[in-house]
Amino acid sequence: MAEAHPVGFQWVIEAKLRGAKVIHVDPRFTRTSALADIFVPIRAGTDIAFLGGIVNHILSNDLDFREYVVAYTNAATILSEGFVDTEDLDGLFSGFDPATRTYDESTWQYAEVGDDTERDETLEHPRCVFQVLKRHFARYTPEMVERVCGVGPEQLLEVAEAWVAGSGRERTTTLVYSVGWTQHSTGVQYIRTGAILQLLLGNIGRPGGGILALRGHASIQGSTDIPTLFNLLPGYLPMPHVGQHDTFDAWVGAIGHGGQKGYWGGAPAYATSLLKAWWGDAATADNDFAYGHLPRISGDHGTYRQVLNMIDGKIKGYFLLGQNPAVGSAHGKAQRLGMANLDWLVVRDLFEIESATFWRDGPEVATGEIVPEECRTEVFLLPAASHVEKEGTFTQTQRMLQWREKAVEPPGDCRSELWFTYHLGRLVRERLAGSTDPRDRPLLDLTWDYPVHGPTAEPSAEAVLREINGFEVASGRPLSASTELASDGSTAAGCWIYTGVLSGGVNQAARRTSRHDQDEVAAEWGWAWPANRRILYNRASADPQGRPWSERKAYVWWDEAEARWTGKDVPDCQVDKPPSYRPPVGATGPDALAGDDPFIMQGDGKGWLFVPSGLIDGPLPTHYEAAESPVHNPLYGQQSNPTRMVYERADNPRHPSPSEGDASVFPFVFTTSRLTEHHTAGAMSRNLGYLSELQPAMFVEVSPALARERRLDHLGWATIVTARSAIEARVLVTERLRPLRVEGRTIHQVWLPYHWGVGAALTSGDSANDLIGVSLDPNVLIQDSKVGTCDVQPGRRPTGPALLELVARYRGRAGVVQATPERIVTARPR
Amino acid sequence: MSGARCAVSGTSAAGSDPGGDVNARGEAPATDSYYGRPIIKAPVWQHDITVYLFTGGLAAASSLLAAGADLTGRTALRRGSRLTALAALSASAGLLIHDLGRPSRFANMLRVFKPTSPMSMGTWILTAYGPLAGLAAITELFGALPDGRLRAAGPKAGRAAGLGAAALAPALATYTAVLLADTAVPAWHEAHRHLPLLFAGSALASGAGAGLLVAPTSQTGPVRRLALAATALELTATSVLEHRLGRQSQAYRAPGPARLLRLARGLGIAGVVAAIAGRRSRPLSAVAGAALLAGSVCSRFGVYQAGLVSAADPAFTVLPQRERLERPREPSGRAGR
Amino acid sequence: MTRFPPPCDPAVEAGYPEPPARVGFFTDTSICIGCKACEVACKEWNGVPVDGLELLGMSYDNTGALGANTWRHVAFIEQRVPAGAATGQDSVRWLMSSDVCKHCTHAACLDVCPTGSLLRTELGTVVVQDDICNGCGYCIPACPYGVIDQRRSPAGDRNVGLAQKCTLCYDRIGGGLEPACATACPTDSIQFGPLDELRQRAAERVATLHAAGVTDARLYGEDPGDGVGGTGSVFLLLDEPEVYGLPPDPVCTTRDLPAMWRRAGLAAAAMVTLVAAAFLGPPR
Ligand SMILES: Nc1nc2c(c(=O)[nH]1)N[C@H]1C(S)=C(S)[C@@H](COP(=O)(O)OP(=O)(O)OC[C@H]3O[C@@H](n4cnc5c(=O)[nH]c(N)nc54)[C@H](O)[C@@H]3O)O[C@H]1N2
Ligand SMILES: Nc1nc2c(c(=O)[nH]1)N[C@H]1C(S)=C(S)[C@@H](COP(=O)(O)OP(=O)(O)OC[C@H]3O[C@@H](n4cnc5c(=O)[nH]c(N)nc54)[C@H](O)[C@@H]3O)O[C@H]1N2
Ligand code: SF4
Ligand code: SF4
Ligand code: SF4
Ligand code: SF4
Ligand code: SF4
Ligand SMILES: [Mo]
Repeated sequence: MAEAHPVGFQWVIEAKLRGAKVIHVDPRFTRTSALADIFVPIRAGTDIAFLGGIVNHILSNDLDFREYVVAYTNAATILSEGFVDTEDLDGLFSGFDPATRTYDESTWQYAEVGDDTERDETLEHPRCVFQVLKRHFARYTPEMVERVCGVGPEQLLEVAEAWVAGSGRERTTTLVYSVGWTQHSTGVQYIRTGAILQLLLGNIGRPGGGILALRGHASIQGSTDIPTLFNLLPGYLPMPHVGQHDTFDAWVGAIGHGGQKGYWGGAPAYATSLLKAWWGDAATADNDFAYGHLPRISGDHGTYRQVLNMIDGKIKGYFLLGQNPAVGSAHGKAQRLGMANLDWLVVRDLFEIESATFWRDGPEVATGEIVPEECRTEVFLLPAASHVEKEGTFTQTQRMLQWREKAVEPPGDCRSELWFTYHLGRLVRERLAGSTDPRDRPLLDLTWDYPVHGPTAEPSAEAVLREINGFEVASGRPLSASTELASDGSTAAGCWIYTGVLSGGVNQAARRTSRHDQDEVAAEWGWAWPANRRILYNRASADPQGRPWSERKAYVWWDEAEARWTGKDVPDCQVDKPPSYRPPVGATGPDALAGDDPFIMQGDGKGWLFVPSGLIDGPLPTHYEAAESPVHNPLYGQQSNPTRMVYERADNPRHPSPSEGDASVFPFVFTTSRLTEHHTAGAMSRNLGYLSELQPAMFVEVSPALARERRLDHLGWATIVTARSAIEARVLVTERLRPLRVEGRTIHQVWLPYHWGVGAALTSGDSANDLIGVSLDPNVLIQDSKVGTCDVQPGRRPTGPALLELVARYRGRAGVVQATPERIVTARPR
Repeated sequence: MSGARCAVSGTSAAGSDPGGDVNARGEAPATDSYYGRPIIKAPVWQHDITVYLFTGGLAAASSLLAAGADLTGRTALRRGSRLTALAALSASAGLLIHDLGRPSRFANMLRVFKPTSPMSMGTWILTAYGPLAGLAAITELFGALPDGRLRAAGPKAGRAAGLGAAALAPALATYTAVLLADTAVPAWHEAHRHLPLLFAGSALASGAGAGLLVAPTSQTGPVRRLALAATALELTATSVLEHRLGRQSQAYRAPGPARLLRLARGLGIAGVVAAIAGRRSRPLSAVAGAALLAGSVCSRFGVYQAGLVSAADPAFTVLPQRERLERPREPSGRAGR
Repeated sequence: MTRFPPPCDPAVEAGYPEPPARVGFFTDTSICIGCKACEVACKEWNGVPVDGLELLGMSYDNTGALGANTWRHVAFIEQRVPAGAATGQDSVRWLMSSDVCKHCTHAACLDVCPTGSLLRTELGTVVVQDDICNGCGYCIPACPYGVIDQRRSPAGDRNVGLAQKCTLCYDRIGGGLEPACATACPTDSIQFGPLDELRQRAAERVATLHAAGVTDARLYGEDPGDGVGGTGSVFLLLDEPEVYGLPPDPVCTTRDLPAMWRRAGLAAAAMVTLVAAAFLGPPR
């Protein structure tokens, strides 16, 4: 966190100065570790086992926050009889289809009693979630944790005890993660394990608790809320799927229907308002609010699928608006070869990035795989205005929108994304004007009427924010809360969770009351969705009766006299719903949640220790080895996540698992991540002298032991090889990396920053992403760039075609395989 | 040097020898320098300043010799020494200006008169000395003028100016020692008691050397005596630096400086021997003069190099300070722990 | 050895009749995260040029040292801490510390500057006046901390040839701002303010750390009785100063200047004596 979120880390320091204990779990010792009280070096890719060990410690010693667990989680809920756990299926859950490598969720469901679920608040029932959890994690003993993670029992106990001691009525513990957790083929389940722990210890919905996902780019939270993802629409509405959601009702019904319990019951209003915002008058009740205009997905259209499709010639054009995949995305070679096989490529960026120059100076030019004279892609490089040269909002990690003024005019031809998108749309619509072709209707029907200003005809960002916030169609009055949204077409809103940012017609995101002039919640700085609520599920900060768990941790509570919820934050429940409220039979929507149900987005109002639906790879987290790992999974026959997304192609080779081939060819584990001094794919730092001089060259960090073993010289060169490519880097020998003892053997881990690429920046170097293949978490399709295997050799890599020969030799020696289903499903349940 | 090295080799963890046991120091983490980097900055002066130490000294000693010669009627010695002083003075001024980062701003030296700055004092000394020494030298040329008031005034003016220059000359020759000593360069600063004597000796030796070159043997009796005394002073002071400065002596005994100082010693002794032996031989006297001049140059460079050696190696800065701190009775410069 | 008579207000000594409170830094290295924001902010504000793109291999320090083109320098020190009895495993300690000009109470650089370019401000800080410095270079070896240096590159830079160092952001403080480095520092490792307050805060912090068992914590530069009369930039360090590249017991060289002048006087007298003696002897 100190490395990549140094400004946010000031609060960790402040907490530390006030006595907080800081624990850092990481494969290598970083700037964060330097300030931590406890540093836990771990084998990359094994956190589920580590956290599992802590869950086991808590459950086997009855250290959970029992009142919280019983009342607020689904611990007491009884599961259907069909559920069979990994313990009995050699690493698979019930419902697995080996042919498609997918799960049928039906056996994961709650046992139903009539319309309701069955609960056992004594937590004794063998099929209640609590007992299932206990059995599931029983295998994660300290000895097992040591075998898997290389973390000794004393350290595990030290962390577990600190975590428990820092939780309960009087105390809370915060869990912070970022992409060290997500970029794994089991990334989502990493976070699930963290969620289980935090729920068991009562750390969700309470001040000082929670799971803080530290986001990446300045508004990356914003770009998930109003997503740039192929399968989501604004406000986390799913993109309709062809064949599954052919009608509006089918689509909305799949999200949440009027009869549903919890807040997703509002889905029809959110969806209708979205369509009204986009298609205005053309969206009417008669035409299902122009639902027909909405594009459909037909499967995986993720960025990696697209790139492979480009290689295969299935995609003609590509827009890169502030992205540098030639350096930043996994499998750099595939990225570049894909982009070299387009008709056109539009790159809008602050700099002439590697993704715009790969055709003339990328690594494939050296190897002869791209011949500049023959590369067919026409690249349009358009200069972009930076964040200080345009107005708008950033949504940061706390879901907080902050309005940003323009500080300076963009130089020369630089323009904002808003300008580009608006005028591109305008020009296209002008070309199509008068068209009778039905396929042009969605474009022509769009409300594309933003006011523009200034000499460059810059569209008004505030007008866009008004549309996002939502308004009453008839009057144009901005809405103040998402509860005002209607499903009859009388309201429009571009992103329902943002409704309220213009509450009272005032740009709440522009509020700047100093933290010194308000309490610690600082509710008057910016605006956080939903409804300016700073802590989600904060109903859980009070006990079931509505009283704070303790004075120290009082946050929101039920005021008996006023008969209202009150406190420091906006209560995350209906404010007049008493704790004693019990839903009448047949209630729907929020009314179906009891007065002591804090998790209002779930149908049962409970925090899910066990996830009956919504996850592709299982209702509970369990340890699988990374897709590429030097060791056998000590827990099960199932080696790696059986449902992980793989692309079986000759140009996406995979290292064999220890049972498949010669794992000693790629004996070392590597992980890639960030340096404070550089930013992501590097355009914004490697082009700046003041930052480049601080980390002027691509390097690899190795332990003294590995340096000895492989004769690597400090500041000399090393070549790092995988089945995809080989790269060279300067060597930093450092005690901050040390080998771990895993399964009785020494495992060396090496570390690489991923900020470098070959191109024209002030500092240029080989890209770590050239080493990584495409292998993704099945739930969110994130690449597993945090763990892989490799070889490290002293000296520089060969250049030109000799580089390809070197990699081919390695592939031959390792017996590199393609990922066929039989090879992925290695469980042998009896 | 070995004593100094030990501190330097213990650089920190990500050391330069991953193959070896970089950090196996056994005990508590002890990193006694920051990657062996110097603590202080070495002077950025080029050879200009080293040469200036010599030319300044030469000018000063020549003015003194010229005054003596004037008062004792040794015309050739007087004239030669005055002209030498002028030449050395001109070189000095040129070197000083050339060495500046902004030569065009030399005049800014005259903005202030600052006793805490030896360079300021030196500038003023030079400013006062320069015209006098220059005038004294110029009057030597008046003999070539046609008869007139100017030509007649020559000797008088020359004497007055020459005596004035001689009065300032010792300051000119010795302030440069303070210039070096008044820095954080350990080998210079710790030598501050001895450097002025060394520089005085070295200046006189060079002046004597020049005297032997410019004057006939009949006039150089005092010069030879001076050569002997000056060299004795210079070599004694050098020897003190080499052996009696504790840890800093290691800087003077480091290979580079040691070679120069050895050469200086050899040339000095040879110069004195030749000077005594060449009492009646002009060529031998000239050889003696050249040796003395070269010896002085070498000792200046030797001292300068020793300073650079001590600046480059943090041990010269750290260890004496550390010893000072750990000497219990002396008031520690540093508190807190 | 003589010591400066403590305490001393350098601004008063410099002749300001009623100067404002002396300002300075307290750099608490125990909460530095090595983000180098201070280095970059300093360069941005002061237009200090890039110092070269060389990988130094000194942990994450690719800056190396303070100099004309680096007025803030973050040091990184990796240390192996031998195994504690409990874990049996060696561990690592990573020290980070942001160094800067000390704005000494008795500043050698200022004392030796022959042009008066180096100036004591009314705030007690030490500043180079770019329009007066002539690049004589004297201040450079005079500084006991190796802070100030002559700018040699980039060619064409308007201050090439001049001595350069931290100004303690004189141009910001006048405008009511804090120094750029302190403003940028996310963790408040760099604290700016009236020196008296900072010294007190430093003493409290070191006491807190000692109470918490961090016995390595110590202050550096806070003693007005030390060889430079105490520094305007006080540090809390976690190891010996030399580990960070700081001199353990720096002395302002001009403290010994009277002695030096006396020796020079003696040597000058010796010169006159020797010359006179030489001429008083026989003619040949
Ligand atoms: N200076 C700087 N700041 C940035 C960025 C930048 O490029 N530079 N990028 C921004 C962006 S886009 C993002 S997404 C965030 C990312 O912020 P972070 O996630 O903090 O960034 P990383 O450095 O990629 O990864 C964090 C740590 O995860 C560790 N790690 C790797 N594998 C594992 C594992 O299996 N388990 C555990 N426990 N740790 C593991 C790595 O060693 C690394 O130290 O940072 C943002 N902030
Ligand atoms: N191996 C490995 N790979 C990784 C990761 C890892 O940890 N390891 N991390 C991953 C993560 S979390 C991320 S977020 C990605 C990042 O990968 P990318 O997003 O591909 O990389 P960036 O360098 O952040 O690209 C952003 C570009 O936007 C430009 N830009 C900045 N502002 C603007 C603007 O206002 N308008 C326009 N048009 N352009 C602008 C910048 O100049 C820059 O070139 O990398 C991923 N890849
Ligand atoms: S770059 Fe911005 S978002 Fe990242 S740490 Fe700095 S201030 Fe925070
Ligand atoms: S630290 Fe050096 S440059 Fe700074 S004031 Fe002191 S002597 Fe001058
Ligand atoms: S270099 Fe400039 S600031 Fe330094 S002493 Fe010389 S004139 Fe003064
Ligand atoms: S005070 Fe100003 S000049 Fe000095 S280091 Fe900080 S930012 Fe740079
Ligand atoms: S800005 Fe602060 S935390 Fe960052 S390196 Fe500088 S002193 Fe340390
Ligand atoms: Mo990211």
